[in-house]
Amino acid sequence: MSFVGTPVRRKEDPALLSGRGRYADDLPTPAGTLHAQIIRSPHPHAEIVHIDAVAALAKDGVWTVITGEDIRKMSDPFLVVLKAPVHQWSLAVGRVRYVGEPVALVVAESRYLAEDAAELVNIEYRPLEAVVDPQAACAATAPLLHTEAKTNEISVRKFSYGDTKSAFERADARVALTVEFPRLSFTPMECYVVVAQYNAADDGYDVLANFQGPFSTHPVMARALRVPGPRLRLRIPPDSGGSFGIKLSVFPYIVLMALAARIAGRPVKWVEDRAEHLVAASSGPNRITGIEAAVTKDGRILGLRLDQLEDYGAFLRAPMPGPLYRMHGAITGAYDIANVDAVNRVVLTNKMPASLIRGFGGPQLYMALERLVQCIAVELGLDHLDVIRRNLVPAAKMPYRAAAGSLYDSGDYPRAVATAIGHGRLDDLKRRRDVARAAGRKYGIGFAAVVEPAMSNMGYLSTLLTADVREKAGPKNGAISMVTVNIDPLGAVSVTADSTMQGQGHETVLAQIVADQLGLQPDDINVVLEMDTAKDQWSIAAGTYSCRFTPGTAVAAHIAASRMADKLKDIGAKQLNVLPGDVELVAGKIRSRSNPDNAAPFGRVAGTSHWSPVMLPEGMAPALSETAQWAPELEPPSSDDRINTSLTYGFVFDMCGIEIDMLTYQVRVDRYVSMHDAGRILNPMIAEGQMRGAFAQGIAAALYEEYAYNDEGAFLTGTFADYLVPTVSEIPPVEMLHQETPSPLTPLGAKGLAEGNCMSVPACIANAIADALGVKDVQVPATPRRIHALMEGSGR
Amino acid sequence: MRRIDKDQRARIRLTLNGRALSAEAEPRMLLSDFLRHSLGATGTHVGCEHGVCGCCTVLIDGTAVRSCLTLAVQAEGRDVRTVESLAAADGTLNPLQRAFQNHHALQCGFCTPGILMSFTDYLARNPRPSEADIRDVLSGHLCRCTGYAGIVSALLEAAGYRQSSESGSKS
Ligand code: FES
Ligand code: FES
Repeated sequence: MSFVGTPVRRKEDPALLSGRGRYADDLPTPAGTLHAQIIRSPHPHAEIVHIDAVAALAKDGVWTVITGEDIRKMSDPFLVVLKAPVHQWSLAVGRVRYVGEPVALVVAESRYLAEDAAELVNIEYRPLEAVVDPQAACAATAPLLHTEAKTNEISVRKFSYGDTKSAFERADARVALTVEFPRLSFTPMECYVVVAQYNAADDGYDVLANFQGPFSTHPVMARALRVPGPRLRLRIPPDSGGSFGIKLSVFPYIVLMALAARIAGRPVKWVEDRAEHLVAASSGPNRITGIEAAVTKDGRILGLRLDQLEDYGAFLRAPMPGPLYRMHGAITGAYDIANVDAVNRVVLTNKMPASLIRGFGGPQLYMALERLVQCIAVELGLDHLDVIRRNLVPAAKMPYRAAAGSLYDSGDYPRAVATAIGHGRLDDLKRRRDVARAAGRKYGIGFAAVVEPAMSNMGYLSTLLTADVREKAGPKNGAISMVTVNIDPLGAVSVTADSTMQGQGHETVLAQIVADQLGLQPDDINVVLEMDTAKDQWSIAAGTYSCRFTPGTAVAAHIAASRMADKLKDIGAKQLNVLPGDVELVAGKIRSRSNPDNAAPFGRVAGTSHWSPVMLPEGMAPALSETAQWAPELEPPSSDDRINTSLTYGFVFDMCGIEIDMLTYQVRVDRYVSMHDAGRILNPMIAEGQMRGAFAQGIAAALYEEYAYNDEGAFLTGTFADYLVPTVSEIPPVEMLHQETPSPLTPLGAKGLAEGNCMSVPACIANAIADALGVKDVQVPATPRRIHALMEGSGR
Repeated sequence: MRRIDKDQRARIRLTLNGRALSAEAEPRMLLSDFLRHSLGATGTHVGCEHGVCGCCTVLIDGTAVRSCLTLAVQAEGRDVRTVESLAAADGTLNPLQRAFQNHHALQCGFCTPGILMSFTDYLARNPRPSEADIRDVLSGHLCRCTGYAGIVSALLEAAGYRQSSESGSKS
């Protein structure tokens, strides 16, 4: 019997349900720890004229007030992939560029005191004109965020795959559309926490933070602190209260608190509050996409053109502009489109810096592509679903090399669609629509088909650079995962891994995988996922992001455990006096397959390497610890800019019916069906939880959440009363369906599955709204105000 | 009523999970901070500090309140219960906690203590609520991870609508 594939209950739960979690703010702090309060910019764009901290420093219990000038002397700006003169330190230097930007840090004996003192710090600003709109920011006359860069549009790259020009020439028709995707975040319930210490003896920093990775940011932090990597010891606590990409962006604060600890000569702790989180933690980038298709009259897409303008806010932070490139190889989505031209543009504006967020570029891409497909149907007078099916990558073409370079490893998209619409589901939606429309109500049906990448090729971001610059810099590609399986003297098993956890159930899934290989129960496997960069194995790919766990870390666990199992079988064979091929690990025993009575307890055999290495088979290295490094082949970008951006590619097909309330202009989701093919499912209960969580976030993006700024750059959504996180009342029921086409590229066959609905839901709902109202421009979140404007505008 | 000067630290006494405890605090200290940092009861979480998310919910004399909207001094002499009190001394989970595990009603677990405490109060007063009632009370809490489906299933089990399934089940 195998635990992989079954809904094993979570090992994590008993502690978390009893208030015994160990989140960053719960852990003990070193003696003498001081507390920090950040003073943030009230201006979207201004020069810092003067900072007067005299009154604050005079207060009892205040240790220091740190400014950008102090930080500039002690640290270097953060590295970014793009070589543009856009310098960011952990505090504003000379100028502020968004509301909420950290300007000064007060360090005091308690947080309450630090907050009091912060009010006494007097900062004089000279306001500058701000630019918020990404298109306006590209204009030659726009105020410059970084004068040395001489432009706000700091990167423009043109890509061409196939022969798009002739595809457009021979097309029967062209369909074009402009789509905007807004700013939002998935605001984990736990905010950032950092506890930093400076150790003068080795000139090193020791920092605890609820960082999620990717660990490619560790060298960025170490370089900023001017120390070699080993002297930035980063510890990640065992529990973290959600992340969804956001907890990458704690990294500038890690550097800030490390410097503060050095200046204060004491450990410094900072806990972000919700107001700070909303105004300045991180946001997904907003994107404006101009997209155009060359189509035959029956809706076959011959070629695509995209112009993607992505707004990263005031600074580009590593690993940005990831969202613009992470989907690049798969820019044609689920469709078999041979010719595509794309222009990728990066612009800076006076908003908080954008960064990782679940879906990572997928929601932006699919909002454009899936809206386009719906428009093709409308403009050619075809059925939307027919146009989707006519263009889907056929099963016979799998594995499929997409035009821009992604290798879709497996799948049967047409079958997934057929299953989803089957069993009367589509007929039911149509019936509901017809009944509603007959009664004069506004009802629409939407569809979306998306390819969901998982485990990023670490080289994808270098597609941003031209081929000759890449050549000089040397190739970047691949992605490593590492897991270690340890055996203790009494044969107890423990596992460490290179993923960080924020509730995804990794502990349980790793225990399932290892238990299967060693013939034990998941409860027998101790999984320790807190991390210490000084002692644990990690690579730049480590961390939890872009669905790397299932195709990455889980595979490394499988390999490490199976190697350990092989060794234990050899040891067992010697002790049982049988051939190694006759040994099996079952039910906590090591035993002979042919004579199951010839058996020894797992623990006794497994402990052999500790107690009597002499009893090991000739030449065998002791079976104490096995580390597996899983490094599947992923090529760097080719000289013609083709890039296989990820290792595995799953598929999601959504369909929904929505109705618009004619009195309140609210969009009500009437029925929602979501079909997934994520390869082999390791734990169906946890998988379903991930998908439902992503679905809720997709609904949030479609209908509720947006980080809003006014034209002057003021931030308008600074509390949970303005930034509308859905409660249970706002999340409609969803029917989840599954198909399993294992990935041929990993031994477990599992793909990513936790981001697909973040990508599909906003597009699917936007398509349904377009269908309901017969409009082309649908802006998400589709709030009542926007729906009302659409209905007024279209005279309906 | 006891009078405390606004700048003066005062010793605040209360009963926490059945044990009499006390610590010094300024009058302005929030109950959430007092529980977590002065009394070391870190099971209660803080997610917004403005009364919206429900993470910080605790029971005062049996009634669910948001500890981020309550001053520590307001709990003087009262009976406070937090999530740490729910499981038996040997760690055995109570039926509400078990239902959460059975239905995968938590991922990161940060919102969970507040929801458990709200429903400890609510189910004690309304042992047989309708699903609509359950959703209504749950709408006072934010969870970013689960999409709420597992939580609703767990609460239905706790309210006696579903057979408890110890095998780990889908909702
Ligand atoms: S922390 Fe109290 S309601 Fe959010
Ligand atoms: S389980 Fe993470 S916020 Fe609810």
